[in-house]
Amino acid sequence: MDIKLRILRFNPETDRKGHWEEYNLEADPDERILDLLHKVKWFDDGSLAFRRSCAHGVCGSDAMVVNGENMLACQVLVKEVSNPIKIEPIRGLPVIKDLVVDMETFFESYKKVMPYLINEEEPGERERLQSPEDRDKFEDTTKCILCAACTTSCPVFWTADTYVGPAAIVNAHRFVFDSRDNASKQRLEILKDVNGAFRCRTAFNCTTACPRGIQVTKAIEDVKRETLTIN
Amino acid sequence: MKVIKHSFDGVIVGAGGAGLRAAIEAAPHMKLAVITKLYPTRSHTGAAQGGMSAALANVEEDNWNWHSFDTVKGSDYLADQPAVDILCKEAIDSVVELEHWGLPFSRLENGKIAQRRFGGHTVKEGEAPAFRACYAADRTGHMILQTLYQKCVSMGVTFFDEFQVLDIKIDDGVCKGVVAYEIATGDIHVFEARAVTFATGGFGKIYKVSSNAHSLTGDGPGILYQKGIPLEDMEFYQFHPTGIYRLGILLSEAARGEGGILRNKDGERFMERYAPSIKDLAPRDMVSRAIATEISEGNGAGPNNDFVYLDLTHLGAETIKQKLPDITDFVRTYVKIEPIDEPIPVQPTAHYAMGGIPTDVDARVLSDAKGTILPGVYSAGESACVSVHGANRLGTNSLLDIVVFGKRAGQSMVDYVSSTKPFSLSENAGEDLKNKINNFIEKEHDPNFSVPKIREELQDSMEENAKIFRSEESLTKQTKILSDLRERYQNVTISDKGKVFNTELLEAIELEYLLDMSDTTVASALERKESRGAHSRVDHIERDDSNWLKHSFAFKNGNSVKLDYKDVELGNYEPKERKY
Repeated sequence: MDIKLRILRFNPETDRKGHWEEYNLEADPDERILDLLHKVKWFDDGSLAFRRSCAHGVCGSDAMVVNGENMLACQVLVKEVSNPIKIEPIRGLPVIKDLVVDMETFFESYKKVMPYLINEEEPGERERLQSPEDRDKFEDTTKCILCAACTTSCPVFWTADTYVGPAAIVNAHRFVFDSRDNASKQRLEILKDVNGAFRCRTAFNCTTACPRGIQVTKAIEDVKRETLTIN
Repeated sequence: MKVIKHSFDGVIVGAGGAGLRAAIEAAPHMKLAVITKLYPTRSHTGAAQGGMSAALANVEEDNWNWHSFDTVKGSDYLADQPAVDILCKEAIDSVVELEHWGLPFSRLENGKIAQRRFGGHTVKEGEAPAFRACYAADRTGHMILQTLYQKCVSMGVTFFDEFQVLDIKIDDGVCKGVVAYEIATGDIHVFEARAVTFATGGFGKIYKVSSNAHSLTGDGPGILYQKGIPLEDMEFYQFHPTGIYRLGILLSEAARGEGGILRNKDGERFMERYAPSIKDLAPRDMVSRAIATEISEGNGAGPNNDFVYLDLTHLGAETIKQKLPDITDFVRTYVKIEPIDEPIPVQPTAHYAMGGIPTDVDARVLSDAKGTILPGVYSAGESACVSVHGANRLGTNSLLDIVVFGKRAGQSMVDYVSSTKPFSLSENAGEDLKNKINNFIEKEHDPNFSVPKIREELQDSMEENAKIFRSEESLTKQTKILSDLRERYQNVTISDKGKVFNTELLEAIELEYLLDMSDTTVASALERKESRGAHSRVDHIERDDSNWLKHSFAFKNGNSVKLDYKDVELGNYEPKERKY
């Protein structure tokens, strides 16, 4: 089928601001949006910049805005979106070039919530025990691939990038609800802060945007409720 | 183009499982940098699905010797048995250590780590499939990558994200550092470091249908090969039996570990004919050959008879949801099939390099077949060849390999750094890379000599001539094709002349590594006149232990390949006919 692809281009070495460019392509309906970007890059304009690696939705490199919605370019097929297809970089982070944004603030927010297991007790020679029920409590939030689709779909984050954002809270949730972790209180103190979980206005954009199907808004609500248990 | 200098004791190239595990070991003892062309969490370790084997015996009686036996037999007796013993023995503590660092393994009712069956893993040396693979649903690699990265964050490890290492500096046989390209700025960074570990992963992009990420272009092996370091056992490339038809996206062997069945167009469970005792859970080389044979004999399904089915419909919705959620989602996303109700079209997909940078069991890189150590250079994970996988790797042993030998690489870096003094790297260490880049920038773009064209022809021809079944004829033909592609590569041009995120430039440089990987694969395969593990010669169908119980070492010799050989280190297990 014939596809019209419109890409918001920006080259910091030659452009003062972004501009739309249009590409006419022949595509199979089963192809991924990422395949279309490769067609442009490989056979039309080699300077088109975007990140990608695994090409099947597990590495989190290629979050972008496709027809107004955040998604992974490798996870959506041509037949699932309306034609013409409009592609822009994810919002709220500075654009470096074309579809590539600066991820530094995103990863800084992630690191703020202490995203690692903290347990000072001697674990012994074998594994710690954890019941399947306890394991299930944080199953959903272990799926996060840090693609930033959620955080950059959040209207609160668009206005204030000091807000830690949904992805950081998801990664806090993953440890707060892990029975093996002893540092929930410290994390929840961080998330009680003015830039923490309570900045969330439950727009649910994050839940829609998550390519891993994580119930992001629910996780944020779980964390909000949990902060009420500490003082 | 700016050249910026950094001074470290040690540098790790690559931030997948092996690189991160090495970093955890080394970081407390030296000034260390981890350099990755991606963000660490984008590494392809995250795509591994099914599990990581260790004889924890949480489900049934098991011990690491049986794991060793299976690994050696699975390798078609090409693995070095002392190295396999290390892998399997250290597996147990490695899994426990990951759990202590927070890895959210799936659990048994009693709270212990859950274990499942996997191809080629048995109890009592072949008696029955073993519950040995420790797993976290079907995203075990994701969890390992996340856990190791989380540990690194907690330790404050220094990362250089989206910096691509493209050169190593070895003076008088001693490592002095590496040179990297900063993707966001186009600046060159010279890293002075006397200990360097390459943990850059595989090179599945030499084939057209592959489970590998676009980034898997053999950078580490390529950089070293171009400096005269050999690559070991390159003829052994694993094709995973169950890639999604045409796309090559991996569907874990865990699907068969949980009871999934392969069927041909008539619905026949054909693996009963090829491996009567463990059937669908035979090792990957055998299952991939069986599928290729079914297809070539006209038993493939579909209008072109070119795929078989992976049938999960009898497992039930609950098992699929609990144990195979991700891979079934891939099927829904990319094939629009509901795997609970319908069988999935699959075909073998290029998956894993058994070969790579030769190392000893302490991850020290060897510069020849005699075992001479190259001081200060280490490798671990898929980029390395220890060899623990021999001619065919068992499923789950790669996740094990990255943590066991990643840790050993880190330890070796510590030993080396603590017993040597810093060297100084010459001021012009960045010149070679600067010149290479300038050549691409200055050369006028000619669409007839573009990277994608050469790369596409490379991938198509490797798929055609050097895949599962090979012959003198197909490999000779491919040698000629590669030589033509190499010639065209000398004139390759790029259109993007900018400094910021010039990924076209990087694809051009990576293409040379892909050519190196293909050259060594084909040359080693052409020379090995036997069939062993993943290397199947239709003109030499038997394994030949009297002549070929040895590892190949492929050296760069101008634009061709020179081969040398090293005997396999045997141990407890004498080579026997491999039946399942």
